[in-house]
Amino acid sequence: MFESLQERLQEAFKRLRGKGKLTESDVTEALREVRLALLEADVNFKVVKSFIARVKERAVGQEVLETLNPAQMVIKIVYEELVTLMGGANVGLTMADRPPTIIMLCGLQGAGKTTHAAKLALRLKKEGKKPLLVAADVYRPAAIKQLQVLGEQVGVPVYAEGDQVSPVDIAQRAFDYAAQERRDVIIVDTAGRLTIDEELMEELRQIKERLKPHDTLLVIDAMIGQDAVTTAEHFHGKLGIDGVILTKLDGDTRGGAALSVREVTGRPIKFVGVGEKLDALEPFHPDRMASRILGM
Amino acid sequence: SVFRKIDDELFDELEEALIRGDVGVTTSSRLVEELRRQARVRGLKNGDELLPLLKELVAERLGSQVAPLNLNEGGLTVILVVGVNGVGKTTTIGKLARHLREDRGMKVILAAADTFRAAAIDQLKVWGERAGVEVVARAEGADPAAVAFDGVQVAKERGADVLIVDTAGRLHNKGHLMDELGKIARVLGREVPGAPHETLLVLDATTGQNAIQQTKLFKEVAGVTGIALTKLDGTAKGGVVVAITDTVQVPVKFIGVGERLDDLQPFDPKQFADALFSE
Ligand SMILES: Nc1nc2c(ncn2[C@@H]2O[C@H](COP(=O)(O)OP(=O)(O)OP(=O)(O)O)[C@@H](O)[C@H]2O)c(=O)[nH]1
Ligand SMILES: Nc1nc2c(ncn2[C@@H]2O[C@H](COP(=O)(O)OP(=O)(O)OP(=O)(O)O)[C@@H](O)[C@H]2O)c(=O)[nH]1
Ligand SMILES: [K+]
Ligand SMILES: [Mg+2]
Ligand SMILES: [Mg+2]
Repeated sequence: MFESLQERLQEAFKRLRGKGKLTESDVTEALREVRLALLEADVNFKVVKSFIARVKERAVGQEVLETLNPAQMVIKIVYEELVTLMGGANVGLTMADRPPTIIMLCGLQGAGKTTHAAKLALRLKKEGKKPLLVAADVYRPAAIKQLQVLGEQVGVPVYAEGDQVSPVDIAQRAFDYAAQERRDVIIVDTAGRLTIDEELMEELRQIKERLKPHDTLLVIDAMIGQDAVTTAEHFHGKLGIDGVILTKLDGDTRGGAALSVREVTGRPIKFVGVGEKLDALEPFHPDRMASRILGM
Repeated sequence: SVFRKIDDELFDELEEALIRGDVGVTTSSRLVEELRRQARVRGLKNGDELLPLLKELVAERLGSQVAPLNLNEGGLTVILVVGVNGVGKTTTIGKLARHLREDRGMKVILAAADTFRAAAIDQLKVWGERAGVEVVARAEGADPAAVAFDGVQVAKERGADVLIVDTAGRLHNKGHLMDELGKIARVLGREVPGAPHETLLVLDATTGQNAIQQTKLFKEVAGVTGIALTKLDGTAKGGVVVAITDTVQVPVKFIGVGERLDDLQPFDPKQFADALFSE
């Protein structure tokens, strides 16, 4: 496994200190360890570059050059920058002034959209809301049934019209249905899709156009590698997202995707998924994520 | 084209390309070291010659381990399909069933041993129908090892050539779920000598370095013998398999390139190496 970054930096600085007083280029040299650690954590290549540049700017200030423990100082700066980058405090769902609040989930295949639609429904129900789940994935085998089973488990109704109808129409009629049934939150589950699939991306745009969701959330698997940036850029560029749900954080991935997604979209990570159970949903905490990425 | 000389900048660029493809820093720098060495030995002068050489090095690593599907000639072959959540296990099983039945004339049975995830059984049944093969299932919540056992019995009764067992997605760091997988494998081994003959680990091409850990732990618990790398039709390159063949030594056998029944292909190291550096 990884050596801890702290140890690696200590090693590096010890080596450099041997030559006398620390210089700016020594700090640059030591930051290579930070770069490696971030890349090992799957932070995107480009994101690592700009991040290291920012850290360097702060690190070559006298604080690091003069301090007795430069490794610790660098860690502190890296940690603070990570937390800042990932958005400081937690951001919750955007609720409509006048119900219904509309939430649309989108993302790559298998990221966890359907599961998280149900998790959000459960959470909102516990807060006293009356959510409606909408089955707008007409492509994946048994996707509708999956949402229906989950809906039943959380005790939230599911609006479905089978798989022979356009998702755009389903979404539109679900809206009317929600008004009729006085449901105050609409959560739309959509099919997984590749960002290069123009036709399916267009379909999402149309659903968004019709429903004007208050929160369009990108659901992204925490284990994703360098492709996180492409995925986030495309979903944000072609559709416009308001936030992110980072799933499967109950695994042992470092989750560098969190950093990449935040950096390229500027949108907050609102929730993290930490299990298959439907209550395994937590608000996102930038400080915990920073520690995780650094392996602290 | 303009002559490009071979310098550090060029090596750095190539290392970047590897990292961007999810090959990972360690394996990428190892590969570039080897590239430097070979370029020297071969006396290369033209920068344009480096990329083809690097592709060769990548393909060599992957290709030295190319292996066909393990079959139990003359008897029932059992294929156990495992992996973390949402990578494409069930879909890959549908595609593989079609391939074995249509292209290789085998009689195939599927066992729905994911009794946990909502509608997983229905999903496999749809794939079974598409591929034209029978699906053995129990109710949701049933013991997965019992379903695997049923699968073997039905496969024997029908005189099937291949039984493919679908399992629930599980994260490799969850001990109790991994134990459950070990139990399924043991039941299969008790019913058919040498089973599972093939334990296919399904990896999602969008996955980063975590795939290495996935492979290690699934190999430990279930004796993984091959990898199916899915979702290569997207923008991700799946380069982590280069690191995997470097450290864990499990061959890639199939790639998934879409959501349709015929979107499964045999793994081709040269083509993979080419695609790793495309665009
Ligand atoms: N361990 C874990 N598994 C999760 C989490 N979220 C979802 N899953 C699992 O991941 C798999 C895929 O989840 P789905 O909700 O079907 O994903 P999806 O994005 O709807 O998939 P498609 O509709 O096929 O694109 C399932 O096995 C889920 O149980 C999580 O936070 N932790
Ligand atoms: N684009 C693309 N999508 C794929 C490929 N293979 C599977 N998928 C999609 O990925 C999603 C998850 O596939 P599943 O087969 O349900 O994955 P799984 O590993 O069985 O999931 P769990 O049982 O929930 O762990 C579905 O939307 C599939 O259609 C592929 O090669 N390319
Ligand atoms: K690709
Ligand atoms: Mg879904
Ligand atoms: Mg499955």
